Amino acid sequence: MNNKVQRLIIIGNGMVGHHLVEQLIERGATAHYAITVFGEERHRAYDRVHLSEYFTGRNADSLALSTADHYAEHGIVLRLHESVTAIDRDVGKVITEAGHYPYDRLVLATGSYPFVPPMPGSDRDGCLVYRTLDDLDAIRSAAESASTGVVVGGGLLGLEAANALRGLNLDTAVVEFAPRLMPMQVDSEGGELLREKIEALGVQVHTDRATQRIEDGVDAAHRMVFQDDKVLEADLIVFSAGIRPRDELARDSALEMGERGGVVIDDRCLTSDPAILAVGEVALWNNSIFGLVAPGYQMAKVAADTLLGPFDHIQGESFRGADMSTKLKLLGVDVGAIGDAHGNQTPGARVFRYLDQIKQQYRKLVVSGDGKRLVGAMLVGDNGVYDTLLQYYSNGLDLPEDPASLILPSSEGAPTLGPDALPETATICSCHNVSKGDVCATLDAGASDLATVKDETRASTGCGGCAALLKSVVEHELESRGVEVDRSICEHFAHTRQELYDIVRIEGIKTFGELIGKHGASSSRSLGCDICKPAVASILASCFNEPITDAAHIPLQDTNDTFMANMQKNGTYSVVPRVPGGEITPGKLMVLGRVAETYGLYTKVTGGQRIDLFGARLEDLPDIWSELLDAGFETGHAYAKSLRTVKSCVGSTWCRYGVQDSVGMAIRLENRYKGLRSPHKLKFGVSGCTRECAEAQGKDIGVIATENGWNLYVCGNGGMRPRHAELFATDLDDDRLIQLIDRFLMFYVRTADRLQRTSVWRENLEGGLDYLKEVIVDDSLGIGQELERQMQTVIDTYRCEWADAIDDPEKLKRFRSFVNDARPDPDIIVTEERGQLRPA
Amino acid sequence: MTTAAAKTMTQAWQALCHRDDLVPFSGVAAWIETEEGPAQLAIFYLPGHETELYALDHHDPFANANVIARGIVGDLKGEPVVASPIHKQHFRLADGQCLEDDSIKLRTWPIGFDGDQVMIQA
Ligand code: SRM
Ligand SMILES: Cc1cc2nc3c(=O)[nH]c(=O)nc-3n(C[C@H](O)[C@H](O)[C@H](O)COP(=O)(O)OP(=O)(O)OC[C@H]3O[C@@H](n4cnc5c(N)ncnc54)[C@H](O)[C@@H]3O)c2cc1C
Ligand code: SF4
Ligand code: FES
Repeated sequence: MNNKVQRLIIIGNGMVGHHLVEQLIERGATAHYAITVFGEERHRAYDRVHLSEYFTGRNADSLALSTADHYAEHGIVLRLHESVTAIDRDVGKVITEAGHYPYDRLVLATGSYPFVPPMPGSDRDGCLVYRTLDDLDAIRSAAESASTGVVVGGGLLGLEAANALRGLNLDTAVVEFAPRLMPMQVDSEGGELLREKIEALGVQVHTDRATQRIEDGVDAAHRMVFQDDKVLEADLIVFSAGIRPRDELARDSALEMGERGGVVIDDRCLTSDPAILAVGEVALWNNSIFGLVAPGYQMAKVAADTLLGPFDHIQGESFRGADMSTKLKLLGVDVGAIGDAHGNQTPGARVFRYLDQIKQQYRKLVVSGDGKRLVGAMLVGDNGVYDTLLQYYSNGLDLPEDPASLILPSSEGAPTLGPDALPETATICSCHNVSKGDVCATLDAGASDLATVKDETRASTGCGGCAALLKSVVEHELESRGVEVDRSICEHFAHTRQELYDIVRIEGIKTFGELIGKHGASSSRSLGCDICKPAVASILASCFNEPITDAAHIPLQDTNDTFMANMQKNGTYSVVPRVPGGEITPGKLMVLGRVAETYGLYTKVTGGQRIDLFGARLEDLPDIWSELLDAGFETGHAYAKSLRTVKSCVGSTWCRYGVQDSVGMAIRLENRYKGLRSPHKLKFGVSGCTRECAEAQGKDIGVIATENGWNLYVCGNGGMRPRHAELFATDLDDDRLIQLIDRFLMFYVRTADRLQRTSVWRENLEGGLDYLKEVIVDDSLGIGQELERQMQTVIDTYRCEWADAIDDPEKLKRFRSFVNDARPDPDIIVTEERGQLRPA
Repeated sequence: MTTAAAKTMTQAWQALCHRDDLVPFSGVAAWIETEEGPAQLAIFYLPGHETELYALDHHDPFANANVIARGIVGDLKGEPVVASPIHKQHFRLADGQCLEDDSIKLRTWPIGFDGDQVMIQA
């Protein structure tokens, strides 16, 4: 085709529209297309699947699927809060209230809208829907003056909405037209069990009710009148009676439509106009609409291929429909439906059922007439076997001799399906369409842990439902490749770092010798090694904080810790005094200059806002440090796995945008946590406003000032594999900020692996960010105070290690190049470059 | 036998330093004159172990820097080793053999106590 840059317009910035943009960026489509995206909502694309978490602490930013600048960084224009009102196919342009925009290719990603059954009164104030962030804002504000709420619709989304109303402290009822809840997913037994469970939570359930009209209430704002003239009153009504495709633009511009709506697409996601594509919930493929995100993502992938076809001449995969199996937890109740769960689409199908009314569990299997294949399944009350059943279903695996064993309680020996039983084609992650083969390929290409596999394949970064399966496949495959998944720290201890930490703390063990004597792997007198010794040294330090230069601890340390300086390639050391928050007086700057000149040190400003003096000879270190200590400097722990720097921006003291004193806070934090020994190094950043000049979101702990206090971000990383920190808590005052950081750091110290930065720890943390928030913010384990106390011990016992060593002749004895000769090491040879010395 | 052992036939024992100069379960460096010129030694002290003293080259052939005495002492599969502080290669204390690279071996010297005096044969 031609090489001219074409104009691509995407209408709709929801989950699927966004995924399409991601796919296009990934494939370099911006070289061929000038891309403009229109979004009717105020917010950039966000995670609608987790919309309800908006009520439990997440905000628009943390639900967002990309950073604010992501589109702009790739030259993509994002026009939010601007709806497209018409498409002019003859000219090739779209029309909004703000203007006309020509296109060469167009994609409809307009999603769907909640269906509100037509009835008198359904447009009254306080009759709301549940689809967007704005809808939730409206519900939240209506709930303030309400005490009762009703959800119309007892399907998946209706129950989710009911849960939200309950969370807003409303007396909640669900009204369902069908004779049972979730009629699409469950049968009458399952529905009955579901009703019992949900009623037990205090939510009223009314099935078989068709609302006729809504009018003024007597005891509440509204009264719903049903077909049998029964009534139900509520202050707030949420409609969740199904969704309908937002296909009005397509209809008006005469694209081919389905009988009951939806824009018809083919296997390439093309509509009846080859310049126009449609993806997501607005698209109708093979007479079906797919109301889930995974099929939408697959369409986005296909659409990206279709759009790039003319340029890279590759015909990508085509869309072949999608499995609608779902696993959910609604109001805390597990519900799972796989394939033909009702067994009414498979001629000759047979059914196994298991019902436990005490434990309130219901499981049903639908198998093919010959009993060989699973064609569907239904679970209520326990999704434990969902993953296994789904694999039988989607890979057409041979069922065990007695299929019932799959749903009988495990005491009867249900054979679980190991990851090795899965074929290469087995889908592990349906959100990102990752097969077992894809996972194996990443491992073959060198990935050696779960985090890398997630990163490369994106598996388990969507709904997260596949996390457990992915983990077991990765571990199994690593093992079969001879990679140790044994989590013992080394040959000397059959324990993980976490276990060693607990042993040390609980038994109060204070030396390496005692630990290896009592808990070492072999009974012989072993010495430990360069893996376990520094790890144990770090654990002992974070528990008891005795000086690392004490005789008992000396042999444990890496050379950097032993000499409290960083060894360089020629055997000399670097010296990095602490400069909290990067703030330094001119007088102290001059001291650094003078010391460097006296000892012939190369000086450089580091990436951590302080100054590094390189090339110090071992025997000069004590003299250098006594001069620095005299001038008021302290050790900077640049050599240690502990707090490095707290980077700050100048903040409200000087900056015209600053809203808080970021330097002051940075200094306070740096002084509080300096010396805390941790599994890996820790870096903080504090910015005075959202411009984020301190790059706090790239740090283990990031603090960003707001009008009302501080936002706390955690688990960011620069370095080898950058990771943005995640928003953890908002608008904190100083004390709460410090309390949360205390707990967070101590929890990390307790539970992380050796040399695991917070970012990697977080990615491997089961339960993810939500779990972390529960433990740290909500104190769900009740360990908050203990963590704070432990932190206080470390803070109270802090002493500058150099100050501690400098007056102790025993400790200084080590700072000699040779025990029997005063000469310096003659092999250290330097040369001059750009006015300073460097190794020759 | 090794060259170090061959030398024992011809070299004399000399005093090197005092027991107090050593760091238990770790290393210190020392300077000696040998027939082949001056040498830097890394001396490791494992009190209470079958062999309490070891002397190896202080020079790390991988990094080309004199740092071996500042490595971490440990054992791998029961054999005492030191890990270079620069890139962590392991050297067997008994004979200087590098575990990661067959072709690299540090020199070793016979070493022992005479009372509290550390004696080396070089
Ligand atoms: C001196 C400095 C470079 C400079 O000239 O600016 C530096 C130097 C070293 N860095 Fe760094 N890093 C320095 C800032 C950084 C930064 C930037 C920052 O802190 O804002 C990063 C990325 C941010 C981050 O860590 O998330 C950084 C990411 C690394 C990494 C990768 C860590 C990771 O998790 O990906 C390593 C390797 C490691 O720790 O395993 C590393 C390791 C090292 C080591 C320790 C390598 C080594 O073992 O010899 C270097 C020792 C320096 C020395 O002898 O003093 N350095 N290093 C910076 C000292 C900052 C300070 O004042 O303490
Ligand atoms: C509460 C809730 C829970 C859910 N839970 C799950 C779940 O657990 N699993 C699952 O798979 N799915 C779930 N879903 C469904 C999932 O969110 C959708 O399948 C997915 O969002 C569809 O993506 P989409 O891009 O097609 O539509 P949307 O995400 O709805 O995006 C369409 C966007 O286009 C915009 N738009 C429409 N018309 C125009 C126009 N003319 N001009 C400009 N912009 C326009 C809309 O405002 C909207 O922002 C849930 C949905 C909700 C509401
Ligand atoms: S982050 Fe804000 S307050 Fe800090 S320097 Fe930048 S603009 Fe100023
Ligand atoms: S299945 Fe949703 S993230 Fe993998």
